[in-house]
Amino acid sequence: MTRVNVKVDGTAYSDDVEPRLLLVHYLRERLGKIGTVVGCDTSNCGACTVLLDGLSVKSCSVLAVQADGSSVTTVEGLSGPDGTLHPVQQAFHDNHALQCGFCTPGMMLAACDLLRENPNPSEDEVREGIEGNLCRCTGYQNIVAAVQAAGAAMSAAGNGTAAESAVSDSIASVSAVEASA
Amino acid sequence: MTTIEDRPDVAEGPAPEIGQPRKRKEDAHLLTGRTTWTDNLTLPGMVHLAILRSPMAHARITSIDVSGALERPGVLAAYSGRDFAEIQGNIPCAWPVTPDMVNPGHPSLAVEEVNHVGEAVAVVVGRDKASAQDALEAIDIDYEQLPVVLDMEAALAPDSALVHAHTESNRSYTWIFDSGAAGTGAPIDEVLGQAEVTVSRRFLQQRLIPAFMEPRSTVVQPNGEGFTMWSATQVPHILRTMLSLTLNVPEHKVRVIAPDVGGGFGGKLQVTPEEVITALVARKLGKPAKYTESRSESLMSAHHGRDQIQDITITARRDGTVTGLDVHLYADMGAYLRLVSPGVPVLGAFMFNSIYKFDAYRFVCEGVFTNKTPTDAYRGAGRPEATYAIERIMDELATELGMDRMELRRKNWIRHEEFPFTTVAGLTYDSGNYEAATDRALELIGWEDLVAEQAERQARQDPVRLGLGISTFTEMCGLAPSRVLGALSYAAGGWENASIRVLATGKVEVVTGVSPHGQGHETAWSQIVADQLGVPFEDVEVIHGDTQSSPKGLDTYGSRSLAVGGIAVVHAADKVVAKARRIAAHMLEASEDDLEFAGGAFSVRGAPGNSKSIQEIAFAAFAAHDLPDGMEPSLDADATFDPDNFSFPHGTHLCAVEVDTETGVATIRKYVCVDDIGTVINPLIVDGQVHGGLAQGIAQALYEEAIYDEEGNLTTGTFVDYLLPSAADLPSFTTDRTVSRATSNPLGVKGVGEAGTIASTPSIVNAIVDALRPWGVNDVQMPCTPERVWRAIHQGAEKSGRDPGGTVSWGGASTTTSDGSTVGPLDGSTSETADGSTSGTSDGSTSGTSDGPSASEGDQL
Repeated sequence: MTRVNVKVDGTAYSDDVEPRLLLVHYLRERLGKIGTVVGCDTSNCGACTVLLDGLSVKSCSVLAVQADGSSVTTVEGLSGPDGTLHPVQQAFHDNHALQCGFCTPGMMLAACDLLRENPNPSEDEVREGIEGNLCRCTGYQNIVAAVQAAGAAMSAAGNGTAAESAVSDSIASVSAVEASA
Repeated sequence: MTTIEDRPDVAEGPAPEIGQPRKRKEDAHLLTGRTTWTDNLTLPGMVHLAILRSPMAHARITSIDVSGALERPGVLAAYSGRDFAEIQGNIPCAWPVTPDMVNPGHPSLAVEEVNHVGEAVAVVVGRDKASAQDALEAIDIDYEQLPVVLDMEAALAPDSALVHAHTESNRSYTWIFDSGAAGTGAPIDEVLGQAEVTVSRRFLQQRLIPAFMEPRSTVVQPNGEGFTMWSATQVPHILRTMLSLTLNVPEHKVRVIAPDVGGGFGGKLQVTPEEVITALVARKLGKPAKYTESRSESLMSAHHGRDQIQDITITARRDGTVTGLDVHLYADMGAYLRLVSPGVPVLGAFMFNSIYKFDAYRFVCEGVFTNKTPTDAYRGAGRPEATYAIERIMDELATELGMDRMELRRKNWIRHEEFPFTTVAGLTYDSGNYEAATDRALELIGWEDLVAEQAERQARQDPVRLGLGISTFTEMCGLAPSRVLGALSYAAGGWENASIRVLATGKVEVVTGVSPHGQGHETAWSQIVADQLGVPFEDVEVIHGDTQSSPKGLDTYGSRSLAVGGIAVVHAADKVVAKARRIAAHMLEASEDDLEFAGGAFSVRGAPGNSKSIQEIAFAAFAAHDLPDGMEPSLDADATFDPDNFSFPHGTHLCAVEVDTETGVATIRKYVCVDDIGTVINPLIVDGQVHGGLAQGIAQALYEEAIYDEEGNLTTGTFVDYLLPSAADLPSFTTDRTVSRATSNPLGVKGVGEAGTIASTPSIVNAIVDALRPWGVNDVQMPCTPERVWRAIHQGAEKSGRDPGGTVSWGGASTTTSDGSTVGPLDGSTSETADGSTSGTSDGSTSGTSDGPSASEGDQL
C-alpha cells in the first residue's frame, strides 16, 4: 500500500492504495466520484477524462499514486458551488451535445482543456482536439458546436466563473510543477 | 394552484409545445455527473463477479476445476457451467421465424462445449472486482479443439463440420417470400424470364458491433423467492418476462430497473448471459451481486449486427422501368440464437423493394450458424441491409442502362399522388413525397455544380476525384402492429402502454412503457402532454424504466417509442380530458356537448369567460366534494395502443465524396439529407438523432468491421482495432425535412431513430463507386478503407471485394495475391509491393487453413 494525498473537486483526501490502482478506480470506488466513468480498457474512448492539475488526462491511464500531491477536477467539480453550470456544461445543454450522456463528462473535460489552449477554436480544431473522446450517439456535430459556443461564452465573460477559477488554480499548480521540473 | 388567470395567453391558447426545440430535461443530471449508471450502484454487502471467457472458437470442455480460485484472497465462490446446468435454462429466442427453425439452445454459462470466442465458461465471486478478476487465472480448464465453422457458404455444404453436433446441419432456417405465392405481385420466375435487362450483384454486409458507450452492467438483489435487477438494458419489461420464464421465477416476483442507460442501438435489446449469470449467483449466495463488463468483453460477447451475404438480381425494361427483384441472403446467426437473431434479416424482406414499384419480388433468407458471436439487432436491424442492397443495385442498373441514376429512381418510385400504396412485399405505405424530399436535397447540395465539377476533374485527370452518392430510402418503423408480428411468428405483440396521473396541484405524471437510453423521451413526452392537456411543459414528469413504477410496456427499439409509445400517451391524455370534461360540465352547470377544451381549460361554447382550468378540475377531483354522480374521484387514465400499420419515414440523402486515387482515402466533402419523418415533436432532438444515425451508417461504409481470423478469434476486440469514428473522422451534416404526416396515428409522427443509419451507408458507397467508374469499378467492399479503394482502382473491383475463397465473409483475414498465393491478414500486416502484389509480414503467412479445421475453405484459396 502506498499513501496518496490528492485534492479532488476541492476536497483533500489521504488514502492508502495499492500501487496498481488506477486513478479512475480510485475516484469511483474509493471516493464515490461516480460521475467519472469507464468506457474502455485501452485508453481509446476518453469517457474517464478528468483534469489533473488543470490538464486533461484519461484517468484510466494514470495510477492513483501518480496523482499524489495533485489536484483533480472531475465533472462533479465543474459547476460552481451555487450550482451554476460551467460554460461548457451550459453550452452542451444549449446545443443538445449529449444524448445518452455517458461520454459527456469526459468530453466536457477534454473540451475544457482544449479551450484553455485555444479559446476560440475553429471547427476543425475542435474536431482534432476532441478526437481522443468517442461518442456513439451524437455524430459529434452538436458537440463541436457546443465547444465553440462555450469558447465564445468564456472569452466574452473573461475568467469570471467559480468553476473556471477552480480550474485556474489547478493550472497554477501545474505551472508550478512544470517550473520545478 | 395554477389557475387559468395566471396565463395571459389563454385566450388564444399557449403556443403549441409540439414543434418547439425544447432543451432536454434529461440533461441536468448527466451534465453534472449525478448519474445512475448501473455500475455506479453499490448495495450493502454486495459481491462482484468476474467471468472467465473461452479463448477457443469451438471446443469441448473436457475438464474444469474452479477450486483454485477459491484459494485466492477475497474470493467467496466460483462456479462453472456444470454448477448451474440444471437451473440456468436457455437464453430465449422470441422469434422462431419458421416452424422448423433450428434453435440449438444457448446456455448462459457453457457446460459441455464452447461455440465462440468470448463465451462465458466460469464465474468468480469476490469481495471486490479486482479480487474476482485476479482469481480467474486460477481456474483450471482443458479444451479439446473442434473444427471451426466460419464461412456461411461453406457451413451449408453437405460435408461441413457442425457448430452444434446435435443438429443436422448449420442451417437454422430458410425463410421465403414470393410475391406470386403471396398474391402481392406476379410470380418472380415469369418476370425474370422475360427481362430485357438483368443486373445481378453480390453485396456484403460486414459484421458490425453496436458498441454503445456504456459497457453492460447488471446488479441483482435477491428478495425472497424473487429478485430485483438493475441492468443496462433497453428492454426492462421484456427482460422481466423472459427472466421469469428462463429462471422459473414467478413474474410478479421479478422487478427489473433500467436506470440511466448509456446508449443501446439495439445492442441492449437482449436477455444476456451475463444478466442470467448475475441473477444465478446472487440467488445462490443470497447476496446482492454486480457484474460489469470490460470493453473487450463487450466487443466479443455482446451481440453483433449485420453480417450478410446478399445476392440480388434486378430486372428492367430497356426504358428503365423495373420489373423484378430477386434477393437471396445468407444471414450469419453466429453460434446461437438470441432474442431476435433470426428475425433481424427477415425484417429486411419488406424493405428490399423500398420505394420502387416492382411487378414481382422474391426474398429468400437462410440463417446460418457459425462459430462467432451471435448476431441480433443493431440500429436499423434488417432495414439498413435491405436499403443498402437496393440503393446500390439501382446505381448498377442505371449504369447498365446508361441512364441518369436519379432519373431511374424517379421513373420507378411511388409518386406522391399514389399514396396509400401497397407494395409488392405486401405493406401499405400510408404517406410520403419522394419528389419533394429529393428536389430539396438536390437544391441544398448544389447537385448540378457538383456534376460539373466531377466532369471537370475527370477531364483534367485530377488524382482526387469527386464521387456523388444517392440514397432515396424508406423504412418501416413503429414496431409494430401485433397482428403483423403474430403473422411473422414473433412471440410478443407490438403495443405500447402509457398512463397519466393528474396530481392534486395540477402537476402531471406520465408513466410510459418505453425505456429511453438517450433519446430524450422525458422532454418529448412532456411536450406532447403539455399540448394534450394544456399544462405547462415544466409541470410534466415522465416516469419510465422500472417494471414496478411503469408496469406495462414493450420498451424502446425499432424507432417505435414515439410512433407507438407516444400515441399511447396521447390516448391516455384523451381519456383524462374526457373525465375532466365530465367534471367541468358539472362545475360549469353545462352540458358536456357544449364545452370546448383549449389551452388547458374548458369553456362553454359562446361564453368564453366562463371556464374551468384542468388544474381546477384536478383539485376538484382530488377533493371529491362535489363530483357528478357515480364518478370516481380521479382524472387518471391509462391506454394501450396497438398500431394498425407501421410508419414509413423516408428521405433523400446525397453526398459528395472526394476520393484520392493515389492513396485510396475517401473524404466526405458534403452530406445533405432531407428526411420526412412526419410531424416533428422536437427539432433539436430530431437533428441529434439524425446526426448520430448518419455517423453510424457512415461508419459502416468507411470504418467499422468485426474481423475474425481463420481460427475464429475476434481480431477487433478492442477500440484500438474496432474503429469507431471520432470527431475528426466525420463531417458536419446538412439536415432538412419535408413533412408528410403519417395517417396511421393522430400526431402524424413516424419515428426517427434509425433513419440516418439506414439511409447513409449506400449513399457513401455509391459516391465512392461513382468516383471510380472510370476505372471500371462497380463495387468496393465495406468498409471502404483506403486499401480497398486503392485495390479497386489498381486491381479491379473484384480484388476489393470478397475473395472467392471466402476470406472476407469470415473476416477478411487473408487475401489473395495476383499469383494466387494467400497471405494475410488484410488489415494491418499486408504490405503493397511495387508491382501491386501483396506480401505478408513476418508471421503473416497464414497460407489458408489447409492444416486447420476449415480445410474445405482453405483449399479454395
